Amino acid sequence: MNKNLLWKLLFIIGTMLFFLFGIFGIPKSFSGGGLLTALTDHIHLGLDLKGGTHLILQVQVNDAVNVDAQNAIEVLKEQFRSHKIDYTDISQPDPQNNPDHLVLKGVPAAARSDLRNIVQERLPEYDVTAGANDSWNLAMKQSNLNELKSRAVTQAIETIRNRVDALGVSEPTIQEHGLGQYQILVQLPGVDDMTRVQEIMQNTAMLEIKQVISGPYSSQAAALQANNGIIPADQLLLPGNTLGGRTEGEQWFLVSRVSAISGKDLRHADPSSDQNGQPDVNFQLTRDGGQRFFNFTSAHVKDSLGVVLDGKVREVATIDEPIRDQVQIRGHMDAQAAKDLAMILNSGALPASIHYLEERTVGPSLGADSIRSGVRAAVIGMLAVLIFMLIYYRGAGINADVALIMNLIILLGFLGWSTIAGVNVALTLPGIAGVILTVGMGVDSNVLIFERIREELKNGKTPPSAVDQGFSHAWITIVDTHVTTIVSAAILFIFGTGPVKGFATTLTFGLLANLFTAVFVSRVIFDWVLTRKQRGEALSI
Amino acid sequence: MEFFHNVNIDFLGKKWYFLAFSLIFSVAGVLSILFWHHIPWGVDFRGGTLVYVRFSHTPDLGQIRSLLDRAGLHDPKIQPYDQAYLNEVLIDLDIRETSEKDLSLGRTKIINALETNAPAGKEDLNNASSLRIKNHLMDRDPMHLGTDADAKYTAQAQAIVDFRDKVHGGVLNSLDQLKGGSGIDPAAAASIPDGFFLSDFGVRNVEIVGPQVGGQLRTQAGLATLYSLLGMLVYLGFRFEWIYGVAAVVTVFHDTLITVGAFSLTNTDISLTVIAAILTLIGYSNNDTIVVFDRIRENIKLMRREKLSEIVNRSINQTLSRTILTAGLTFLTVLALFLFGGEVLRGFSLALVIGILIGTYSSIAIAAPILVAYQDWRIEKGKRPVGMPVAKGK
Repeated sequence: MNKNLLWKLLFIIGTMLFFLFGIFGIPKSFSGGGLLTALTDHIHLGLDLKGGTHLILQVQVNDAVNVDAQNAIEVLKEQFRSHKIDYTDISQPDPQNNPDHLVLKGVPAAARSDLRNIVQERLPEYDVTAGANDSWNLAMKQSNLNELKSRAVTQAIETIRNRVDALGVSEPTIQEHGLGQYQILVQLPGVDDMTRVQEIMQNTAMLEIKQVISGPYSSQAAALQANNGIIPADQLLLPGNTLGGRTEGEQWFLVSRVSAISGKDLRHADPSSDQNGQPDVNFQLTRDGGQRFFNFTSAHVKDSLGVVLDGKVREVATIDEPIRDQVQIRGHMDAQAAKDLAMILNSGALPASIHYLEERTVGPSLGADSIRSGVRAAVIGMLAVLIFMLIYYRGAGINADVALIMNLIILLGFLGWSTIAGVNVALTLPGIAGVILTVGMGVDSNVLIFERIREELKNGKTPPSAVDQGFSHAWITIVDTHVTTIVSAAILFIFGTGPVKGFATTLTFGLLANLFTAVFVSRVIFDWVLTRKQRGEALSI
Repeated sequence: MEFFHNVNIDFLGKKWYFLAFSLIFSVAGVLSILFWHHIPWGVDFRGGTLVYVRFSHTPDLGQIRSLLDRAGLHDPKIQPYDQAYLNEVLIDLDIRETSEKDLSLGRTKIINALETNAPAGKEDLNNASSLRIKNHLMDRDPMHLGTDADAKYTAQAQAIVDFRDKVHGGVLNSLDQLKGGSGIDPAAAASIPDGFFLSDFGVRNVEIVGPQVGGQLRTQAGLATLYSLLGMLVYLGFRFEWIYGVAAVVTVFHDTLITVGAFSLTNTDISLTVIAAILTLIGYSNNDTIVVFDRIRENIKLMRREKLSEIVNRSINQTLSRTILTAGLTFLTVLALFLFGGEVLRGFSLALVIGILIGTYSSIAIAAPILVAYQDWRIEKGKRPVGMPVAKGK
């Protein structure tokens, strides 16, 4: 055997070992069962084969805008009061579609510059323009609006992830869904209890941090009594539900109606401990959230703050000093309570409600049936092709069969390596169909080459030159056919979701593998056979 | 072994037969799309609720219908699904029963309507989740577990669900069956009848698609097909002459039309995976066309004195062996998929079975004649045919 050929052979063996490792890793045992476990560890099954729940959710981003606008209205009212500016009405003409559009009516012309200053200082994300009859229009700046909406989606994804993680679902997929606007794709393998999933998701917890005016009171009545039976218009009476079981009976707090900051201003919360080893919670605010919090805390040093989740006061803390964007909540909590509070701060911040657009559950029994029939079809189809090639092309049929089997190893190995690399390309039912189609297309390359070699032999060429001509002529066609199919697969990958994506992936990699096996590997086998033949001896094809 | 030995069939001479054949099928498909079944979009595209139910006995469709009617569901489509011995029924609620406010309303209504023998206070084990079973076990504590009861009952509940789904295909006939299940504690099994009863069905699969996603997907599927065709046109225009690209795209369009027409004629749902299959067949049919075109291009250089129709005929005949073999082998694998791939892949493999037959036929019967017709037309107008040396002597 010549040296060149030997190197090629080593290269092929190396490639095969590489992909076999992808499929099996180093199996614990080489028995059938051991190999099967190794295989299932490395090749991940898609939702349609494993069973589970698939959801597409629409984030009602206008909810988040609405919250912001409501807050803006409260801020304006408060400022007008403190600056003694008259107004007749602040309204939201189209809360459904354009919740950020506010209309101020009856503001005197003299207050014009004051109004501009207020908006510039307190509501920098809004533009103010003069309208007819002393009215003013406020609308959020487009860039702020877009940012607010996309933040609502990112935050919803974070929130859902936290809730799902708390459930202990393995390998969930929670990501933005590319097809529509502000949509989220959620896949929960192995979870087929829809009621439970909805319980987790539909909880649109709303996080706010408000000033605690007074409390705790032991009951609603006690709170009313302490305030002469009237709750001021800018205040709310909320029940307490503090963490860590420290509640001594019922608790009620009187809090400000306006929130200092809300969930959307929160970046991230972590449980930690202070220099004395006392558990506490640190959280970070966004830049403008921090600015507002600074203004608020500067004006309220030594007052109390409440962490309000879903209308319940979960934690109360005292403001020690003006705080900007690094907030620390300290005192009377144990490590578990700190952890829970951090989780609430992180996961409670669902600033927009969610609608379900699509929901699929695949029962595990159906998934198991699908695997069985898919694999059965693949094995039968593959065997039929392998046997036919042997009969029709005899010696060369071995080339084709070796190439096809290697093609399959590379394809599965690629899926295995994707798991090792952490990308997790899952095998779906259409993915199995993609494998079967790859077998069909793979055999096409072989047939093209072999038919061409036969033709060249018929034209009187010697075996080595017929092989050479056959490969070089067929190569052009093979490239053309592969490129066009990969183009359609790529388009499928871009537009497709879940299972269809799985199909596009296996088809693409199957075809790439095929270029290697049907052309390179098959050629090496031919060359090897030819070096062992006497001059003029016929080729088995 | 060799099937084709020096064949020399005058394919181009039969182009009128081909045209008639293609026209009949295309027109039949188009008529069905326009006036009969229209495009039978699957639930992915039209929105709606599909619930796949397996019964423990041969299902009585009339009875199911009357139960659902009584539950106030507007004319659901109820049809047997998969092999008869599996006792499966597919219930198809249209988009009116699917509201984005509460997507799973239809499914809940179906389950409630079919649970006819429900005793008060008991849950249906055939449609219970492992969590419900675990909660029941935790309440009763039949195994008298002190510590880590949670983990052990979770495992027991999972074992019961696995036994139901994996060993009995999702439906149990009798609660006594649980006693023999692997990994199920007899005490746990004995406590199940306290909280559960068995209905005669289990929901295997649910697909609920709201109207918004359906519309989105339809647009995307249309775009994907269009881009796929455009991509091909550009690539072939770049690799060959532009007329080759046009011929290939017309051919592929013909294939797509006939395939979609066949789905309309047989009223088979076009799901997302069927679209994937159609895109695949676009690729496949194109493969076939390119193989012939490649040979034509090669022969044009070799046979400078021949007429184009002669060259094309020769090229088709030379590649015929490959065309038939590949089509046959691919058809074999796809047929395996169609016959053994199960009900879920039925639409997908049907599209491929039709597509491979049509795709192979069209590269010979449509693509090549278009090429020749165009070049003849140019010669008639006294222009030089595209991509060909000047025909000397004629």
